[in-house]
Amino acid sequence: MDPLSMDLNLASIAPEIVIILCGFIIILLDPFIPYEKKRYLSYLALLGCSVAIIFTFSLHGKRIVSFNNMIALDGYSTFFDYLFLLIAILSILIACDYIEEERILYGEYFALILFATSGMMLMAKGVSLIIIFLGLEVLSLSTYILAGMMKRDLKSNEAALKYFLLGAFSSAFLLYGITLIYGTAGSIDIFGISQYLRAGSPSALFFAGVAFLIVGFGFKVAAVPFHMWTPDAYEGAPTSVTAFMSVGPKAAGFAAFLRIFISALLPIVSDWSGILWIIAVLTMFVGNVAALVQENIKRMLAYSSIAHAGYITIGIIVADELGSSGLLFYLLSYTLMNIGVFTVAILLRKEGEGYEIRDYAGASIKHPILSLLMTVFLLSLAGFPPTAGFMSKFYIFSAAVKKGYIGLALIGVINSGISVYYYLRVVVLMYMVEPSREFRPLRVGVFTSIALIISLWGTLQLGVYPTGIINLARSVVDVLFYIPLNIGSLFSIKAF
Amino acid sequence: MGIRDLPILSIVIFMPLLGSLPLFFVKKERVEFIRGWALFVTILTFFTSLSLYFNFDQNSANFQFQERISWIHELGISYHVGIDGISLWLLLLTTFLGPITVLCSWSAIMERVRDYMICLLILETGILGVFSSLDLFLFYVFWESQLIPMYLLIGIWGSQNRIYAALKFVIYTMAGSLMMLVAIMYLYFYHKNQAGFFSMNLLDLYNLNIPYSIQLILFIAFFLAFAFKVPMFPFHTWLPDAHVEAPTAGSVILAGILLKMGTYGFLRFNIPMFTEASINLAPFMYILAVTGIIYGALVSMVQPDLKKLVAYSSVSHLGFVMLGIFAFTVQGIQGGILQMVNHGLSTGALFLIVGILYERRHTRLIAHFGGLSRVIPRFAAIFMIVTLSSIGLPGLNGFVGEFLIILGTFISSNPYSTIAAIIAASGVIFAAVYMLWMFQRVMFGVVTHEENRYIKDLNLREFAYLIPVLLFIIWIGIYPATFLRPMEGSVKGIVVTVEKKMGKGNSIVFAVDKRITGDWR
Repeated sequence: MDPLSMDLNLASIAPEIVIILCGFIIILLDPFIPYEKKRYLSYLALLGCSVAIIFTFSLHGKRIVSFNNMIALDGYSTFFDYLFLLIAILSILIACDYIEEERILYGEYFALILFATSGMMLMAKGVSLIIIFLGLEVLSLSTYILAGMMKRDLKSNEAALKYFLLGAFSSAFLLYGITLIYGTAGSIDIFGISQYLRAGSPSALFFAGVAFLIVGFGFKVAAVPFHMWTPDAYEGAPTSVTAFMSVGPKAAGFAAFLRIFISALLPIVSDWSGILWIIAVLTMFVGNVAALVQENIKRMLAYSSIAHAGYITIGIIVADELGSSGLLFYLLSYTLMNIGVFTVAILLRKEGEGYEIRDYAGASIKHPILSLLMTVFLLSLAGFPPTAGFMSKFYIFSAAVKKGYIGLALIGVINSGISVYYYLRVVVLMYMVEPSREFRPLRVGVFTSIALIISLWGTLQLGVYPTGIINLARSVVDVLFYIPLNIGSLFSIKAF
Repeated sequence: MGIRDLPILSIVIFMPLLGSLPLFFVKKERVEFIRGWALFVTILTFFTSLSLYFNFDQNSANFQFQERISWIHELGISYHVGIDGISLWLLLLTTFLGPITVLCSWSAIMERVRDYMICLLILETGILGVFSSLDLFLFYVFWESQLIPMYLLIGIWGSQNRIYAALKFVIYTMAGSLMMLVAIMYLYFYHKNQAGFFSMNLLDLYNLNIPYSIQLILFIAFFLAFAFKVPMFPFHTWLPDAHVEAPTAGSVILAGILLKMGTYGFLRFNIPMFTEASINLAPFMYILAVTGIIYGALVSMVQPDLKKLVAYSSVSHLGFVMLGIFAFTVQGIQGGILQMVNHGLSTGALFLIVGILYERRHTRLIAHFGGLSRVIPRFAAIFMIVTLSSIGLPGLNGFVGEFLIILGTFISSNPYSTIAAIIAASGVIFAAVYMLWMFQRVMFGVVTHEENRYIKDLNLREFAYLIPVLLFIIWIGIYPATFLRPMEGSVKGIVVTVEKKMGKGNSIVFAVDKRITGDWR
């Protein structure tokens, strides 16, 4: 069969096509819409996401590998499609009011969120390292711009530049790793790589390639010691973008990370699990300990997001169905609770620059409902039952215990113990300290309310009755572990 | 349809939680309605829980009122509740103290009454859940979720240093329970490997055959969680802070019920699941328990603050409970459980009394009082009875519990039992010293502070919540069989398990049992 013959199956990337088209339409319409009416563009973006969800739903349960072994439509990528579209919808919902207040309501904002989302979806669908890299770049470039949206704000510029420089650096690492792997394995897709590894002992250069992959993905998911960009980028970026950055790229990074390391690199699991073990432990400790001393809530949540990356990495190290489904479950609950926290943080912020944690003092008196929501989300991040945070930690730690990584589980729970302190500090301030400032009268818009309801409902549902999602997560990770043998040899790029 | 067909246990557990939901929608200015509603819900819960007692099969050692619904099927986790003779009393104690905590906050809590009552009600559900969970996962969920309302109670409505105390309370408790979480996970997969299916069910886990070395580690993990909660001697430092800063109702719940979650945990998990480890570590537990008894008593003696004094006396009392439990005799364990209830009543009442004084004088320092018995005679009478009950005067509840514990320890076959019993008995004398001395300085003598002349005596509401407590204090003191009888089956079950592992027949237990407890009936 001629490898150049087009193995195009546009249906398998229908959701991505919809999202990208929608993004372009928004950009095209943008110049014709006066500033006051730019809000309508967000409706369009939401419509695009909804249509993409419908397409994803219609593709549910299919398993197609197309584009010459580059794109895999399977349960795994469908799960992530849902997750990414949920992230996109939530990010758009919470952004509208905020960016209007901050005077950065531009059409690009929504278009870039959509482009980033398409990149994330490609990362989860990609079974070829090239596609994964492409998706990553689409995602990263969009996020760099988003981070610098507040053009006149010095911190926003700093955030964008830092994120861009370090991100470009990490992309280079990733690309270098991909090159080395391609050069030694002779194949760029995970089927071919997996076959190469099963055939015999890989060369040393291959391991170097894997190491570079770890570095590259480590940057994207903000794992220690590749986390340096996170606090500054999170602090400087517009807060609605920070919310998106803290969940979207992280989830996408883990989606690709998990797929490559389980589907392709499982035969050499003993070689990489040790490195990831160290990274996970460092990430948990550095994230949690540094978060203890933060005075700015965005920086605190940045370190908290680093810490969570550490917990999530455990799901990869475990390298079995339980760990992988735990990772999926964790990403979903993390998305819901983190978006929730950021939404309340945006609403209760001090006019102007105020994201200092002490500005939240006494918030419960003027805004009891928002404070209650914030408390629920923070407790969930800290891992208290009956919330999603507890369930997902329980899930992922028990996967570790099952595989015999008891030390890792112990370190994990010790870290959640540490994290209780800084999450509760915000609760302490909100409930137990007299307010130090006037809280402005607040009108919570419809969009924001919907986002809050979705995240609250999800946080509680996943904590109290998670059966449905656990079932789903369990059923979709199968594809990672059972790689069809013939497919790789048939259509590998080797044929060039 | 009989009452046994209803999910009566679940109704009791969740009634306070459901009762708290309407409060979210009540205007916070309507404080009278909010208080009344909370009182209504807690009283209703208490009366509903009484039906558990009346329908309880006293001859059975099994878990009763069991309800089991699959919860997270894939992980073998189910909603599984049930009670036996041990948890029955703790459950009833909790529902009994519910209305009392609401009543004692009536005029003490004036700010954010609605939030306060919501916290109290949610807390009650959490505690009831802990005492009736038969699924480890469910147990852990309840165990952790009662932390937050308690934390808020201390942190929002406490006194000056409340934030520090609240954080200390949470961090200490968390530190212990996280270790337990890992141990639970380990047990869970151990069960999967041994039995072939996932289960968090306690009754399944009881059947596990765990090698001694692993038992030891798991015992320590569970021990940490429970020892912080009890609190046993070196882990007690959070307790005085939490008690001093908490509002009265918080102290009552903390002393009355939350501490028992620790001792209950030892009985429910450590001893039946890690029996060999428990047997071998019993001397170690003795040392901690006896140290706690003596240390708590000595420190109590020198406290200038009434609440701190009562708090440290808790350390001493809970030492007795631990001693009784680890004696592995029917008398010891029965005494231990009874003493848990006693401590809930007596110390709960003491905190109520301190709260009443504080509400009138806004001080808790012993030096600020003196000669009160002439000013407020009715208060003095009740205070006297409660003090004597805490000391363990025959005829009141404390005596029965402590006597059974010391007796049970004395006849126990554990090494060093006799010495432990003798030292523990001396703790009773210390208790008399610090309690009576305190009582004397507060109530007797001449009135030294002018303000104290105008203190008001108890009002009707305060009588209403103190009298029921006194009633039970005297009831247990005079006729403890009502309370000992239902727990007998379950306690014997535990003792038989231990004796089996010790390699002895169980004839001794029953022979001794007849001789000693026969005359209680």
